[in-house]
Amino acid sequence: MSYITASNPLYTARKRKNVIMLSVSAMALSFGLFWLAWILATLLFEGGSALLHATLYYKMTPPPGADGGLANAIAGSLAMVVTGTLIGTPVGVMAGTYLAEYGRKSWLASATRFLNDVLLSAPSIVIGLFVYSVYVAQVKHFSGWAGAFALGLLVIPVVVRTTDDMLKLVPGSLREATAALGCPQWKMVLFVTYRAARTGILTGILLAVARVSGETAPLLFTALNNQFWSLNMNAPISNLPVVIFQFAMSPYQDWQRLAWGGATLITLAVLLLNILARVLFKRTT
Amino acid sequence: MEPSITARPQPPRIEVAARSEQAGDAKAKLTVRNLNFYYGSYHALKSITLDVPERRVTAFIGPSGCGKSTLLRVFNRMYSLYPDQRAEGELIMDGENLLTVKRDVSLIRAKIGMVFQKPTPFPMSIYDNIAFGVRLFENLKKRDMDERVEWALRKAALWEEVKDILGQSGHSLSGGQQQRLCIARGIAVKPEILLLDEPTSALDPISTAKIEELVDELKREFTIAIVTHNMQQAARVSDYTAYMYLGELVEFDVTDTIFIKPKQKATEDYITGRFG
Repeated sequence: MSYITASNPLYTARKRKNVIMLSVSAMALSFGLFWLAWILATLLFEGGSALLHATLYYKMTPPPGADGGLANAIAGSLAMVVTGTLIGTPVGVMAGTYLAEYGRKSWLASATRFLNDVLLSAPSIVIGLFVYSVYVAQVKHFSGWAGAFALGLLVIPVVVRTTDDMLKLVPGSLREATAALGCPQWKMVLFVTYRAARTGILTGILLAVARVSGETAPLLFTALNNQFWSLNMNAPISNLPVVIFQFAMSPYQDWQRLAWGGATLITLAVLLLNILARVLFKRTT
Repeated sequence: MEPSITARPQPPRIEVAARSEQAGDAKAKLTVRNLNFYYGSYHALKSITLDVPERRVTAFIGPSGCGKSTLLRVFNRMYSLYPDQRAEGELIMDGENLLTVKRDVSLIRAKIGMVFQKPTPFPMSIYDNIAFGVRLFENLKKRDMDERVEWALRKAALWEEVKDILGQSGHSLSGGQQQRLCIARGIAVKPEILLLDEPTSALDPISTAKIEELVDELKREFTIAIVTHNMQQAARVSDYTAYMYLGELVEFDVTDTIFIKPKQKATEDYITGRFG
């Protein structure tokens, strides 16, 4: 007689276990999704209407009770995020390249990887305080540069990590094949492994941008805020996260409405970046 | 300068050099003397001594793990990419011990090309896959480069299939085509020696046949060393065959001798399938 029947106790026990684990996993999934959907729904409900007012994009942050927008905060945020990314990305990509292509399992590389992971999980307020003490306190004024440096410091570990990981995903056989042609290592990195890993690295950079564009704590200590239109990076500069922080805490209704608008704007921008990163990543893998 | 090779005492166990000279008319392109190789502390190649004859095909056979691929990776200093791997002994090409040269090893690798078991097209167009290696050492005009690319692709029996899609990614080709692309890439730089590490193990019989024909054709210009698990392939394509076992060179001779009347019992057992 065959053991392979639908009533085999080992088979039914396995089936039962599968059902239990599947339902637990499904519950975990819906729990996570529930909050996420709620957050998004609240944002769109509270801030969605503010996004539709054109004034949000060309008027300055107003005094309480007056009509206004977030133009200066949007511009300031863009300026600092772009500068921060420009500072952090080259450092991050190069450090990641060292780790994956040159240091590999050496003592220095392992130590760097460990410290980078520490930096990656360091609270961003610590980064803010650090830039405050080494830069802002020395020059004795808040500035957009200080904010950009702080954001750059937050970009670095993310980019280092993803560059390292993505370059490590490039098969060793491709490196050997390149070396077999008599190609020096720097050329191999530049023309073969970067090419093979470019979408992964680009994704990492986009994710880093997404991460820093919502950072508030480091900017409180560095860029502070500015009520007026200013693109002077050497002076306090307005930015979305800090404006949201101040306006949301205020008792004025139109300020709160603007804060919701800003929060929704950042979230949608980050969402867009993430989707972009995914699309890019999918296209070549 | 390295001392001349004849000054070195030969390991008495294997009289390879003498035999290969007897058997063949070709002079040695690569002279291996007392070569030992280590993966960390693991002794992977033990006192290998043989001559790889010029413009001939030398096959390396033996069970998995016997060190034949390792030997090939020593020939072009591929192992130097990994800090815990080292080789001792002599590996002489053009009077120079490749294991101790002070020059950049890239220059050695450019002269000793290699094709791997799995096809490894670069993430670029078919054209650039070939041109990449050429550009490393030659500054060719567009027309000369076009010619070189066509030459290499023709040699690798791939030209007819790809001549209209040279701009497409190398990854868009089938496995067999990718492998021929890699061979074309390897010969485009005009190396002196071509190392083939199980080049057909992932290919169907048709692609395999094409590559075997190619090997036969290439030996007019290049010295070829091929590692294969396919005994018939070794018998078909090679002029000389080396049987290796557990990191040692058991027997090295003209292919016909190895396959018809090997001198070692171990070789005969392996070739007739009575191994193990």
